[in-house]
Amino acid sequence: MRGLGISAGIGIGKAFIYKEPELNISKGHISDLEAEIQRLEEAISKAAGQIDDLYEMTLKKTGKKEADVFAAHRMFLEDPEYLSYIKEKIIGDRVNSEWAVREAADFYTSLFEAMEDEYMRARAADIEDVSNRLLRILSKAEQKELLQINEKTIIVAKDLAPSDTAQINKDMIAGIVTEAGGRTSHTAIMARTMNIPLVCGLKNITDIAKQNDFIIINGNTGEVIINPTKDEIAFHEKEAESIKRLQEELNKMKGQESISKDGYKVEVLGNIGTCQDVDMVMENDGEGVGLYRTEFLYMHNDRLPTEEEQFAAYKIAAEKLGKKPLIIRTLDVGGDKGIPYLNIPEEMNPFLGYRAIRFCLDMKEIFAVQLRAILRASAYGNVKIMFPMISGIEEVRRAKAMVEEVKAELRKENLDFNEDIEIGIMVEIPSVAIHSRAFAKEVDFFSIGTNDLIQYTLAVDRGNQKVGHLYNQFHPAVLSLIKMTIDNGHAEGIRVGMCGEAAGDERMIPLLLAMGLDEFSMNASQILKARHVIKNTSKEAAEGILNAVLELPTAPEVESCIDENIP
Amino acid sequence: MFRKEATLSNETGLHARPASMLVKEAVKYGCDIKIIKGEKQYNAKSIMSILSMGAVKGDALIIQTEGPDAERAALELADFIENKIRD
Repeated sequence: MRGLGISAGIGIGKAFIYKEPELNISKGHISDLEAEIQRLEEAISKAAGQIDDLYEMTLKKTGKKEADVFAAHRMFLEDPEYLSYIKEKIIGDRVNSEWAVREAADFYTSLFEAMEDEYMRARAADIEDVSNRLLRILSKAEQKELLQINEKTIIVAKDLAPSDTAQINKDMIAGIVTEAGGRTSHTAIMARTMNIPLVCGLKNITDIAKQNDFIIINGNTGEVIINPTKDEIAFHEKEAESIKRLQEELNKMKGQESISKDGYKVEVLGNIGTCQDVDMVMENDGEGVGLYRTEFLYMHNDRLPTEEEQFAAYKIAAEKLGKKPLIIRTLDVGGDKGIPYLNIPEEMNPFLGYRAIRFCLDMKEIFAVQLRAILRASAYGNVKIMFPMISGIEEVRRAKAMVEEVKAELRKENLDFNEDIEIGIMVEIPSVAIHSRAFAKEVDFFSIGTNDLIQYTLAVDRGNQKVGHLYNQFHPAVLSLIKMTIDNGHAEGIRVGMCGEAAGDERMIPLLLAMGLDEFSMNASQILKARHVIKNTSKEAAEGILNAVLELPTAPEVESCIDENIP
Repeated sequence: MFRKEATLSNETGLHARPASMLVKEAVKYGCDIKIIKGEKQYNAKSIMSILSMGAVKGDALIIQTEGPDAERAALELADFIENKIRD
């Protein structure tokens, strides 16, 4: 079977099928009201105790933010409206506490589920969680707590609630398999933080797997094997050992600087699409964010995001990063990134058309809103602005003039921002790379966007099967444009980074290091691996290889030269 | 019984953190505290009630209090809603 591999590593162990106990709540008639209320009060105070324990445990194990879930549960449990609803049911209808709690839970969850706001709808799950806790206590059906697991176990569940993951003992849990969930779910984040292999999205796994079945899961590939053969176990044990060793090696990279073997320091950063992604960058010890793609903010709704919505998102990201840099790229719409409500007319050649900075300089009202939001967020961290799809210096000057206009507005309104905010551009069109010395005089930094730079330099649409094979980052022309950009940036004293896929490519990193690239920005999951490569590469040796590579006429020759010389 | 009007000023409205801040503030008083929005009344000491109100920035709310420290509660909570709630 195969699900989604969400948290890396191989887990081998006995299945613990974790299902909510079936609670058959039946309606009963109560004659002794006083005793029934007493029973309810005792259950509430027991539930409060459990929630407080979970709060303390989570605070110790993970942190304040995760623990706050239980602070909220405590508030729900003691909510006067919720409790009086329950008590009125018991007294008015003379029903048992279980029945009354079930009715209160149904009433409040349906109230919250009906709300438009996603946050409010999510609160329905909290009310359900709290009510179920009360019901379990009342009907003495308390489930075997995950805390009590004492042998190497794979948890198999529909999904795990925050109150479940808080109980997980890292030394006993070899892995987790769930039916629900995705990359950004609560369970996913907890599993990655604790380095527990996790596979999600396996429908009916809680029925397919039986209690105490032997299970192997592979969090890298998403593979799950129930009752494997001896050979399969032996194979995966070996595999687990090597993945574990590699992961340990990579985890050693946390907290270290990105320095080459011969002492040359660079920075490894993460690319993000939403402000929540910063967590993944931090988990992997990224040295900042080299690319915040803001398109998702615009795709989220069927209307433009307001200044406040954008400001809130940028501010969260900036605050999470503290002193570490946050490079926000202004709206990169068009090309393959359509936003329906903007009504950008269809074009013959969208990649050569009305997109990104060209659109923004035309739709100044839309652009100004984003610039205001970015500038306001700059008061809360180390924010930088980056313009995409620049092809000529006039565009840089016009965009910078707009930033100045917006700054003047903000000053007039007494709103805080960083007066010295750095402004940079993406180098992704060959004209900029070729003419980069002149561009470097206009901006504070460059960031090379290799995906577009390769496509525009080689005139290849990577998605087109007939010509996709021509797309190659090792093409000598691409390499020389990258080198030219770095050299020219340095000649004018500005920093040069890269935020395209090439920056995280193990074979490309030594060449980029040799060229003197200052910042490597990539998907969060590649950060530690990239740092590992950098630490094991000598810049001087890489320069030798680079010199040889730059003499070669074709991409395949470049690639074999790299493979021969880099272990 | 005291009544005091207040306009909600924080950006996200009575949502997540702001809502729980308001409830934590309200439970400090001994009196009954209702918040009236439109035709409906909500219990200021109940997080479920406050969240279900769905109040947004700019909403005009009436704080209605009854009991021992009613006057103080109405005045202070109005000030809290207008000036002190942070997102």
